[in-house]
Amino acid sequence: MAIKKARGALAAGGQGLVLASAALVGSVVLFSLATVSIALIPVGVGMFTTPRVLTLLRAHVNRRRLLAAQWSRVRIPVRYRPLPEDVRKGVTGQVERCSLMLRDPATWRDMRWLLADMTGGAVVAVLAPALILEGVFGLLLAAGLWKPIVEASGTYWYTFLPVDSSDTARLAALLGLVWMIVALHVNTRLVRAHFRLAGAVLNPGRQEELEQRIDRLTETRHDALDTSAAELRRIERDLHDGAQARLVAMGMNLGTIEALIEKDPAQAKELLSKARESSAEALTELRDLVRGIHPPVLAERGLGDAVRALALRLPVPAEVEVELPGRPDAPVESAAYFAVSEALTNAVKHSGADRVWVDMTYTDGALRISVTDNGKGGAVVGAGSGLSGVERRLGTFDGVLAVSSPAGGPTMVTMEIPCELF
Amino acid sequence: MRVVLAEDLFLLRDGLVRMLEAFGFEILAAVETGPELGKALAELEPDVAVVDVRLPPSHTDEGLQCALAARRARPGLPVLVLSQHVEQLYARELLADGNGGVGYLLKDRVFDAEQFVDAVRRVAAGGTAMDPQVISQLLSRRSQDRPMGRLTPREREVMELVAQGRSNAAIASQLVVTERAVAKHTSNIFAKLGLPVSDDDNRRVLAVLAYLDHGRTNGS
Repeated sequence: MAIKKARGALAAGGQGLVLASAALVGSVVLFSLATVSIALIPVGVGMFTTPRVLTLLRAHVNRRRLLAAQWSRVRIPVRYRPLPEDVRKGVTGQVERCSLMLRDPATWRDMRWLLADMTGGAVVAVLAPALILEGVFGLLLAAGLWKPIVEASGTYWYTFLPVDSSDTARLAALLGLVWMIVALHVNTRLVRAHFRLAGAVLNPGRQEELEQRIDRLTETRHDALDTSAAELRRIERDLHDGAQARLVAMGMNLGTIEALIEKDPAQAKELLSKARESSAEALTELRDLVRGIHPPVLAERGLGDAVRALALRLPVPAEVEVELPGRPDAPVESAAYFAVSEALTNAVKHSGADRVWVDMTYTDGALRISVTDNGKGGAVVGAGSGLSGVERRLGTFDGVLAVSSPAGGPTMVTMEIPCELF
Repeated sequence: MRVVLAEDLFLLRDGLVRMLEAFGFEILAAVETGPELGKALAELEPDVAVVDVRLPPSHTDEGLQCALAARRARPGLPVLVLSQHVEQLYARELLADGNGGVGYLLKDRVFDAEQFVDAVRRVAAGGTAMDPQVISQLLSRRSQDRPMGRLTPREREVMELVAQGRSNAAIASQLVVTERAVAKHTSNIFAKLGLPVSDDDNRRVLAVLAYLDHGRTNGS
């Protein structure tokens, strides 16, 4: 336990050193570059340099975000406005890009953070290694280092202790130990405080967060409407071309049978069997249609068993693990089911896998589902792929989709939908 | 033969009553909800129950649950479950106790009254009646797997019919072979599935079970 703590404090000391130098070198340089570049915009040169500098700046901030997550589990969300896809090339494009970036409030938050980072952030970060080094130095003084120092320049002030003899040097060692103990307890907290400070400066205000949320909702609402309209069109077409047509044919056959039944019983009988076939086919089609709208097992048993039933129908063996303490709302359940169904279909069709695993759990107010296969990987979320459809479907519920699929496999599709269980 | 019937749609219930009565069955009760079914099964002791999966008031799988509960209370109680759709998941649950006397069919099977009534009789006599759709799903998926892969195409055909619950005589007439040939095929199948020789009729049920279980333990 103590060793672990000491190791943690030492690591935090190292991290603090890295952070402080990044702040004192990286942030200072970038801040000067950015200020100069923005100041040069009226002259024209700034138009061309600013986007580049700002891109560098974003990389710098993003690296800090990454470290925050890795070292201290502090999450600093990325809130840059995406550049529109149709930014022109050439000079006009440069100007457009420059003004878009400057109008993004996140840019100004980044600038504000640079200031905070090179002052407060650097100080907080440097305290961690400083405590350790000061402690070590105190011990070194007592070990005999005090002699040459005092001989060369008189009384040496160690922290607040005047060191001029072996006794005071011993006191310095004691103080050094105190510093090290303090370091043991506060170092990791100092590093976390550094990231918290960054987070506080970088996080958008409530107003802006709401604006972004509205944008996102508008987008997903559009998607949802498009999807459901397309779905309705498909259902209408399937009914029109399928079951409806068969029922009409059946009615026609029955009419003919009525006319034939006495004149030509043999043909009437033949038509009767045809009518029966039509009704059976109409039923099959309706059944498939229902499965596409709201699968029966899902309605009867809920998500877990519906996915189990789905897995049983797959041509490859699938293992399904379900740990759900309740059922989500019907729309969420349905979205999750079809998302899993699509992911499984993809896995079977494209991955060449011979095994599939599905895991469903509910933690921290979100339904988490992962679909893993042992196939050849290389799946991407992108234009036209089934996975982007899934992403849109989940987006309506603020759900997210992540795909990890290195070439050579395996592929893991993870979905997360915030929801409540009942 | 005395039947308890549970179906919530009036038209279908009425049709089933008429059809079964036409074939000489005695309808003890024709109910429309889960609780009524539970009560009827407990009190009337029918020879066979014909049950819709989805019943009010919950409109979920209440019929199936009632049937399973009744079979736990009275092991081997013959139950034929009808559904608008068939799922292996439900087929497994019905067959799980290995007692036989279960059936699981699509509702459309009533189109062929003779075959349907035959299925009811088979279930009442302790046999099985599995919908061809469940069986064909299984066959199409498992055909590459061991030990199903070791069956010859003819044996697989026979297995499919055995799994549906047909007797050797019925299989023989459908495949246009002699009953002896069917018997030979079935004993080969049982051997390949590792089912020991015995006089027990349940071996046919066990074969179906082995089949379904094979799906679950497959590859592990």
